Formats: sequence, structure tokens, C-alpha cells
Amino acid sequence: MSTRLPARIFATLAATTLSFAAAATEISGAGSSFVQPILSKWSTAYAQGSGHRINYQAIGSGGGIAQIKAGTVDFGATDKPLSADELAQSSLGQFPSVIGGIVPVYTLEGIAPGALMLDGPTLAGIFLGQIQNWNDAAIASLNPGLKLPDSKITVVHRSDGSGTSFNFTNYLSKVSPEWKTKVGEGTAVDWPVGVGGKGNDGVAAYVGRIKGAIGYVEYAYAAKNNLGHATLKNAAGEVVRPGRESFQAAAATADWASARDFNLVMTNAPGSGAWPITATTWIILPKKAGDSERKRLAIDFFRYALNKGQAQAEALDYVALPVPLVQRVEAYWASEFKH
Amino acid sequence: MTSASSSTMVIATPAPATRRAERDARRDRWFARALKASALLVLAVLLGAALSTLWGGREVLFGEGLRFLASSEWNPVDDRYGALAPIFGTVLTSIIAIVLAVPVAFGIALFLTEIAPEWMRAWFSAAIELLAAIPSIIYGMWGLFVFVPFMAEQVQPALTAVLGELPLLGALFSGPPLGLGILTAGIVLAVMIVPFIAAVMREVFLAVPGRLKESARALGATTWEVVWHIVLPATRSAVIGGIFLGLGRALGETMAVTFVLGNAYDIQASLLMPGTSISSSIANEFNEAVGNHRSALLALGFLLFVVTFFVLLIARVMLRRLARREGTA
Repeated sequence: MSTRLPARIFATLAATTLSFAAAATEISGAGSSFVQPILSKWSTAYAQGSGHRINYQAIGSGGGIAQIKAGTVDFGATDKPLSADELAQSSLGQFPSVIGGIVPVYTLEGIAPGALMLDGPTLAGIFLGQIQNWNDAAIASLNPGLKLPDSKITVVHRSDGSGTSFNFTNYLSKVSPEWKTKVGEGTAVDWPVGVGGKGNDGVAAYVGRIKGAIGYVEYAYAAKNNLGHATLKNAAGEVVRPGRESFQAAAATADWASARDFNLVMTNAPGSGAWPITATTWIILPKKAGDSERKRLAIDFFRYALNKGQAQAEALDYVALPVPLVQRVEAYWASEFKH
Repeated sequence: MTSASSSTMVIATPAPATRRAERDARRDRWFARALKASALLVLAVLLGAALSTLWGGREVLFGEGLRFLASSEWNPVDDRYGALAPIFGTVLTSIIAIVLAVPVAFGIALFLTEIAPEWMRAWFSAAIELLAAIPSIIYGMWGLFVFVPFMAEQVQPALTAVLGELPLLGALFSGPPLGLGILTAGIVLAVMIVPFIAAVMREVFLAVPGRLKESARALGATTWEVVWHIVLPATRSAVIGGIFLGLGRALGETMAVTFVLGNAYDIQASLLMPGTSISSSIANEFNEAVGNHRSALLALGFLLFVVTFFVLLIARVMLRRLARREGTA
């Protein structure tokens, strides 16, 4: 526990400093940086309607989990779900908030953006360093119509610990047994090859600048930086494009019914049309009432976010939770969080 | 009573002086204590920072022992950590930076003190100070968006073409032209520390008595001879001090290096390949690190203390040796 002390002190300091600014009831949260843009947008809109503010510190998923367990914030946000056991130990509950997609991006002379198609094992082979050239037979057989150049592949990954890396490596672990044993999944892993860029921006900048580079970024960054994104073959064997429909398809077809506490990573979702590297960020709330008014407000805020806030999410290139999933979350609140 | 009062009268004349002296002494003692407290505060902060990183990193430092220092594996999934790659990157980029920065800084300082016309000196000095004040994130952004493409398109292909085929030396300059890597980081660091070293050198060169230089010139010495035989020997220890100030900054630099180093836990012969450094590893991973991972990062922080300590130690030893040689000469 003592190893987490610095982060806790930091977040507490940050929270106290900021709490001087607002007088109305303030709900504090900490965790993933993936949801920070949308949380701040929701927060502004929610404050206009209710007068209550949300103060969110994007200190990273690990920090967010530590904070909510220690009870220093009202909610935590993590890119990597906690197991039902771990939640029960600290009497916490979790649910998905918003959906995003992670897309492989590349810069390759002579190949138009969106023209390249890859499947899971090939993507894993590239990131393992086994497929080193763009005209490798594995890539060529997937793309019979393309004239692939004989140039070296430069792999670009995240250098900072991130939920994007977690979902990406989780997907590769599901589709490649070799990746699973050699590298595994995590917010930071021991990358076999490649260079590391800091943040989505860093990866996008490297991929854009290095000829023959391939990396992975959140969907919004691929669009913003005009990077070519690859299409992927999903678990159902279809070739899908990244975008709102395929991300939602993944969220809708993921097997939530058998996942306790929504402990399910949506990658490699089985359904038709599902984008294979779809991600969400889980919100963690305490089940036991400490300050029941604050807890009620926190749930009220997320109810607002999941229903009325989804249009704002789409403006920021996130994707709304499909309606059946929102209903499932509402049912979870009703049964798990007693006010 | 009269006698008593008269006796007080007698010693009353020197009394205010003694009292003032006592008061002054007391004030001086308090002043000395305040000064000592300030100095001790620095020591306490230093010790506190070193010990808390040591304490935070104890699980990995003592759990893994020598393996932590000798291994280049950095695997957060299996919870195995080795510090060799970050140490290697930190030391190598700093060496490149110093090798490139010192001659340039030396040239700037000499130009400003010996050659530049009077009106130009003020302008150049202000420019150098301005350069020193640029935050490192700016150097990082400049490095990533301007310098890395330049390295990738112009410098690295040329280096590989000219030097890549040579035996031994060729290994240093082989590999794909990514633009990122140890060499790029070293050059960006060099740009960052030039103003620091140049500013120190300029100050100490100015302090060389004009008489000495004029005497040498009167004996027919050229500008180069004046610099080499008069200015440098007179300022050698301060110049070395300035160089180590720059080196200290290069060792600990974080943001600029993170942007251009490539952030890969590899040790490769080629200077064109990506690497990592102690400070950029910490900056990259601290946010999401828990448990042993966090401990390993704090242990890295402690190692940075150790590396910096040894660098300063070497500087001290060099200075002492120089002083001794000058004393006997």
C-alpha cells in the first residue's frame, strides 16, 4: 500500500486545491485519461442543469483504482475492468461509460488510407517482429489487389502506460497464442520491436513521419491526423471498417449477460459487423453509502451522461453505448447500489 | 547609593558599546544559524529525496538485487525489471550531448569575450540567456516536429551512406532512418545545454585580468595563443565546473528526450536506433504503474541519483588533480 502513497497524496492535494474553486456540491473522480475530454464536457452540461460540478483528475487508471479503494474520490475510472472478486473486496461496483475504438494506422507509399486489410494473427506477427517487410506473404495474401512495396515495417507503440495499449495487447493475446505467451496484455508490456510514442499524439506523429510505419491509436486521432487506418477481419470472419456502426456492433454483441459486474473486455467481439478492437472505460463507484447524497449525485450524473450525454460523446468521436447496454447498466444500478 | 550610582556612572560610558557588541554578537549568531539552517535544508531535501526513492524502490532494488542492474529486460506483464537499458541510454545521450556542446559553447564564449565588437556582446549574451530559459517541452516539440523529420530525411541517410559501410564505426550508424533515437536525443540535449555551458564560460573568461592578456599580446601572441596559454589555464577549473553543470542537466533531462529518443527498452550498437533513458522511463510509465512496476520506477529514480553522484564525484576528482598539477607546475 505504501507504494501508492505518493499518487494518493498528489491526487488529494490536487482535489483540495481545486475544491476551493467551487462552492456547490462537487463530485470528485479520478482515473483514466481516455474519458477525460467527454467527462469534462458532460460535467459542464450537467452543471448547467443541476448546479453540481464534477471534478475529474486524469491521473491514470491505476491511480483511479487506488483512489476509489482508498475512498478519497467519489468515483474512479479505469480502462481495465476489475474482477468481481476484487470489486467485492472493497465493496465497489463498475459499469461501462462510453465506447471508443482503437485502429491500426499506417503510412505506406503507394497504398491509400483504408486500403490495407489485416487480420489478428498478421497484426500480432507484425508487432512480434516476425513479419518485417510490407511485401511479406502473410500481408500479401490478405491483400491480393494491392501492390505492396518491398520496404521495412517500423512498429510504433505507446511508450506510456495506457488503456489503449491494454485493449490492443488484450486483442492480440486473444487472436495469437504466441503473443499471449511471449508478450501478454497490460497497460505497458515488453514490446518485442519498435519505437514508443508518448500518448496517442506521439504515436500518430511517429506513424505520420516514418515511412513504412504501423501503429495503433484511438479512432479520433486517426481521423484528426489524416492517417491511413487499416480494415480488420473480425472474429466472425468479416472485413470491417472502424467507425460508429462497427464499434456499437461490438458493444451490442459482446456477451454482457454472462459478465458479472461488466467485467468483460470487448475486444474480438463475436458478433456480425463488430470492430475487433473496441474499448470502453469503466466507472467504479462504492456500493456502501458513505455520504449517500454524494453517491446519489454521482449516479444521477452518470444517468444523465448515459442517456442525454451521448450526443456530446459522438461530437468528440466517442460512440454511445447501445440502448440495451444502457438498460443493463440501469438495472445494475437499481440492484447493486442501494441509496 | 551615591557610590553605587557613581560606580554605575563610571562603567556606564563603555556599557552601551559592550551591550551593542553583545547584541551584535547575538545577532550574528542567529544570522549564522539561519544560514546554516538554509544549507542544512538543502542537505535534508537531498537526503530525503534520495532515501524516499530508495525506500519506494526497495522491493525491486533488494528483491531483484544485481539482476536489476545487469538485466535489460523491462517486462511489466511478468513483473521483471532491469535498469540496464535506461542507464545505457541516459549515459550515452549525455556523452553525445557533451561531446557536441562543449566545443560550440567554448566557441561562443570565446567569440563573446575576445572577438565580438562591444555592441554585439550584449545582444548575443541576451540571446544565450533566452535560449537557456526555453522550457524543455518546447525543445521536445521542436525535436519531434522539426528536427526528427530533418534527421530522418537528410542527416541519417547521409550518415548511413558515408559511415555505415566502415568497419567498426559502421555499426554505430546503421539501421533504418527513423529520425528518432540515441543520436537525435543527444543532439537535442546538446542544443539545450550549450547556453548553460556558454554562459558559465563567458563569465569566467571575462574574469581573466586584462593585464595578462594584454601582456601576452604585447609579446606577440595571436588570439588563439592568448586563449590557449593564458585564458584557459587561468579558468580551467571553472570551465570544467560549467561543463559538468551542463552534463548534470543532460543526465536528468526528461521531456525533450522522451519525445525524440524512441522509448524502446533496447541496447543497440547503432546510434540511430531508439533507446530509453531513466528520466523518460519514469515520465512515461509512472501514471499507470502499480506495485512492483512503481517500485522499479522509483528504483530507477534512485539510480539517477547514483549516476549523477558518480559524475559529480569524477568532476571533483578531476578538479583536484588539476589543482594539484597546477600547484606543482
